[in-house]
Amino acid sequence: MTVPIGAYLALGALLFVLGIAGVLLRRSALIVFMSIELMLNAVNLTFVAFARQLGRLEGQVAVFFVLVVAAVEVVVGLAIIIAIFRTRATVDLDDVDLLRG
Amino acid sequence: MTLPLVDLRQLLPELIVTGTAIVVLAWALFLPVPRQQPLRWLAAGGVGAALIATVMLGTQSTSAFAGMYARDALTQVLQATALVAALLALGLSGDYVSRTRFDGGEFYGLVLFAALGAMLMAASTDLLMLFVGFETLSIPLYVLAAFARSDQRSQEAGLKYFLLGAFSTAFFLYGIALLFGATGSTALGSLAARVGAPTTIFHAGIALLTVGLAFKAAVVPFHFWVPDVYEGAPLPVTAYMSVIAKIGAFAAMLRVFVGALALQAAQWAPLLAAASVLTMVLGNLAALRQTSIKRLLAYSSIAHAGYILTGVVAGTPAGASAVAFYLVAYTFMTLGAFGVVLMLQRQGHEADQIADLTGLAWRSPALGAAMTLFMVSLAGFPLTVGFLAKFYVFTAVLDRGQVGVAVIGLLTSVVSAYYYLRVAYTMFIGQPSADIEYVGGRWVTAALVVCAAGVLGGGLFPARLTAFVQQVAQVLR
Repeated sequence: MTVPIGAYLALGALLFVLGIAGVLLRRSALIVFMSIELMLNAVNLTFVAFARQLGRLEGQVAVFFVLVVAAVEVVVGLAIIIAIFRTRATVDLDDVDLLRG
Repeated sequence: MTLPLVDLRQLLPELIVTGTAIVVLAWALFLPVPRQQPLRWLAAGGVGAALIATVMLGTQSTSAFAGMYARDALTQVLQATALVAALLALGLSGDYVSRTRFDGGEFYGLVLFAALGAMLMAASTDLLMLFVGFETLSIPLYVLAAFARSDQRSQEAGLKYFLLGAFSTAFFLYGIALLFGATGSTALGSLAARVGAPTTIFHAGIALLTVGLAFKAAVVPFHFWVPDVYEGAPLPVTAYMSVIAKIGAFAAMLRVFVGALALQAAQWAPLLAAASVLTMVLGNLAALRQTSIKRLLAYSSIAHAGYILTGVVAGTPAGASAVAFYLVAYTFMTLGAFGVVLMLQRQGHEADQIADLTGLAWRSPALGAAMTLFMVSLAGFPLTVGFLAKFYVFTAVLDRGQVGVAVIGLLTSVVSAYYYLRVAYTMFIGQPSADIEYVGGRWVTAALVVCAAGVLGGGLFPARLTAFVQQVAQVLR
């Protein structure tokens, strides 16, 4: 039995929406960041599903690009979060609020 | 499978910038922080060489990397703009980096990498290439925003920019994935081929892609990060990112909308027109009540994103040329305005309140005159490059019958004159505060002179600049 492509796309969309919800609702910088990673992986799943359906390699190649960029973002993002933790001993986004208009 | 042939000479400007950035980063490892000034010369030399290479390579349309990369007139004009912005940013940041004891090598390296990202975005004819350029532009800017790493405001700016930037990247990528599913390819050319029979997935893909680009360009409703990030980031970084991110994002919008989706203009133009009107109105109204010059320029940058977007809304080759012209003008006037603010400090800290400019014109007439010039140009007064920039985008959009957009553009420009002139007015009244010092230096002075010359030269003798940017129209015809 093969799983139809629609199921993969729906799962991708669901994961993406879950990621959005995480970014908007959670207050810890680390959890927000994890939610963003979830969104990127939802995109990866979508790419692979389409690549399989269309029989084209580009979608699978795209996944490697996304993986590399996600890794770079992890490096930069965690460095910034650590710098904040060192001076404030918290990564709660509600406490990081010096800049207000 | 045969490997595609790549003529690396086409990529000479990018290779020079990459090479210089790597050498600057590596060399900095062997120099203590106070002795890293020579790296500034090296970085500036590299950018200068890349600028010459871009202009020398000409506008002959060629592609590389199996059609993912194109060197044409659009590439040339926007890469030249990005490189000029990088060169001016190196000049502006020079003395600031020395006096705040920043790690110069890393700073200049990141400035170069961000310029590389904008250059790649301008040259990409494939969504994957666009994504790589987008991230090469964004990631160095996240680091730069948090560059004063023991300063809580800078950290906060870095965190906000990073989290929201990564969030927008996810939307951008999901858009690419859906477009790949709808067209079976990531090439921009295949978008154009699918325009005849668009599907829901295709529309959703375009919408998500636009969200990502609108975020980078600071278009309403994706502008909420701008004031905080601009206020918190160190001044030279704020100056640089307000310009370079716009160059990259609008280059991509030209490629996607005016290039690939030209035939579908009836569908996307009204949406972009609405975004552009909202951006102009909201940016200018919010700027009215700012007391920090950094936040004022942040809202001004949002407002200008709206003006530039009207050129994209026109969707014509003339509109694209107007966008390119606006980007050049914006580079000179914004970097100039930030440059003047950079030269003030209070007890070793940035003096970034509008009130800090009080009496500036009497204490330092040249600086006051320069700031007045930049403000007048940002407001779009005649005889400056800012006037012509607005004139070109508004005429382009009027030619397409979008009268409403042009009228709103004109009205909001009038509103903007109030807050720009208020800054100029502040400089001519009152006594300068005693604890404000002027910290100049050769580098920032040179950059300011170039910016002022650009604003005046582009306004009074625009023929050469106009001819240069009008080449963009050839590509999108």
